[in-house]
Amino acid sequence: MSHAISDSLVVTKRQWLQLIRVPEVLIFSTIQPVMFVLLFRYVFGGSISTGLPGVDYVQLLMPGIFVQTVAFTLAGTAVGLAEDMQKGLIDRFRSLPISRAAVVFGRALGDGLLNIVVLCVMGIAGFVVGWRPSSGIVKVTLGFAFLLLFGFAMAWVGILIGLSVRSARVANAAVFIAVFPLTFLSNAFAPTTGMPKPLQYFAEWNPVSTMVAGCRELFGLTNLFGATADSWPSQNPLQASLIYMVIIMAIFIPLSVRKYINTASK
Amino acid sequence: MAKATTLTLMKSVIAENLVKTYDKGKVRALDGLSLDVNEGTVLGVLGPNGAGKTTTVRILSTLLVPDSGHATVAGIDVIKDPGKVREVIGLSGQYAAVDETLTGWDNLVMFGRLYHLSPQSAKKRAEELLEQFSLTDAAKRSIRTYSGGMRRRLDLAASLIVRPKILFLDEPTTGLDPRGRQEMWGVIQSLVKGGTTLLLTTQYLEEADSLADEIVVVDHGKVIARGTSDELKRQVGGERLEVVSESKDLDQVAKIVASVTGANIKRDDDLRQVSAPVTSGSRALIDAARALDEAGIHPLDIGLKRPSLDDVFIALTGHVAEEKVEEVAPTRGRRKK
Repeated sequence: MSHAISDSLVVTKRQWLQLIRVPEVLIFSTIQPVMFVLLFRYVFGGSISTGLPGVDYVQLLMPGIFVQTVAFTLAGTAVGLAEDMQKGLIDRFRSLPISRAAVVFGRALGDGLLNIVVLCVMGIAGFVVGWRPSSGIVKVTLGFAFLLLFGFAMAWVGILIGLSVRSARVANAAVFIAVFPLTFLSNAFAPTTGMPKPLQYFAEWNPVSTMVAGCRELFGLTNLFGATADSWPSQNPLQASLIYMVIIMAIFIPLSVRKYINTASK
Repeated sequence: MAKATTLTLMKSVIAENLVKTYDKGKVRALDGLSLDVNEGTVLGVLGPNGAGKTTTVRILSTLLVPDSGHATVAGIDVIKDPGKVREVIGLSGQYAAVDETLTGWDNLVMFGRLYHLSPQSAKKRAEELLEQFSLTDAAKRSIRTYSGGMRRRLDLAASLIVRPKILFLDEPTTGLDPRGRQEMWGVIQSLVKGGTTLLLTTQYLEEADSLADEIVVVDHGKVIARGTSDELKRQVGGERLEVVSESKDLDQVAKIVASVTGANIKRDDDLRQVSAPVTSGSRALIDAARALDEAGIHPLDIGLKRPSLDDVFIALTGHVAEEKVEEVAPTRGRRKK
């Protein structure tokens, strides 16, 4: 058991080393969300009304961008694993006397922790464009912890995708198709009230929406962009998000581990 | 009882009747393959792409479970006890399975840690291996900057971290230039001198010849011949003298080759080629060249040809080594050689 943990940590450490050896990857993966911040803050933001006097759009936007960014880190997970498969590195790992879950656990943990760096950059970018959370240090920290947990849960989805597709390029495309609608059919950027009714229901049950609403709460805002359909998730976003994360992990952790163990046995 | 035990212990690797199919039985990668490797010796598994070499190695190294059959490595059942097998083997695949974004040093330390060496021992072992494989200068460089030969050496080094008793090398020189190949052979030879039991797959007769104590030839997932390289060559025939000339000269060339070699010639009018087995090596070549010159014939090509894998296959099976599509690779999208 202690080996299982230390093996996982070796794999996690590998990702940090990769980051140090090729820092460009991190730079470019944070440029995109920063561009989103600027785009929504200054281009679209002017025409989206928060509906509340005294609350800038940027206060609502930043939690949305955080969740979107964290959700998209599973692309890195999937692509990285698909590359390891392609290059035979997974074969090598599987030929080593290590715990059978170490490689995938280490990976999920590594990508989960990578989000710390990404969120720091995003937080600073948000601050620069006027984001000011009003809930105090404890709740703000809790908000970021919540985001990291979400990232960890989503990494497992990335792992299963990475181990299941044929190449890194397919992994990238598959992730995009899965995550893009989830992040936009949500309350992350615009109020769900403007959507057609069926879409409203989807958006309010969407885990991205509950995450965004949950973060908004933790950062000191009332849930402004979501409670139109009167659904339980939009009324209780934090609880709903936690349930979603537990469900995601309960499904994807066993599937990913099994996939890894059997990956060549076909 | 003592005797029987000793006999089984001497076989480091045993594979019996391995069968592996892909695509729901449509592709039979292995069709009852059996082989064994004596402790401290080198077995060369020779065959064309798609013959089942990689599948065999993957089964023996616990990466793949056969549909049926039985295999032991160091006396341990690979299907029932794969974890124990992993502790005693080293595996180096067809392509360099190392993390390209990291340095050579990072990779070896990482794999050392995964073999449960302490951080200090992992570093010490990495240093030793980099030294042993002449990679010390490149230790702190990203693998991306390595040549093909350097990558292979690093890959091999990674499989030797815990000094495995049994080593599997899957086509260790495929894709390397001649110099890289020579270097790799040198490295492998010194390993074997150290007493490692080695199972090596290759497409090159020459490679099996210079590295292996014994060779098995596989085709369509089965062993079709086994023996030392001398035994196989006897079956195949040794060197041949080959002359290519203008069609009009071919009759005369045939006569000269026959008289110089004193053997049965083989003549191919389409290729405008005459060939015959020789035992006297370059002597026969010089004699033939002189005789042709005296007759005023200037051949387009003349030379001694050593038996190739194709020759082995033609001799053993009557057909040339067919290239099947490489076994449905579980590490998908792998470069096909």
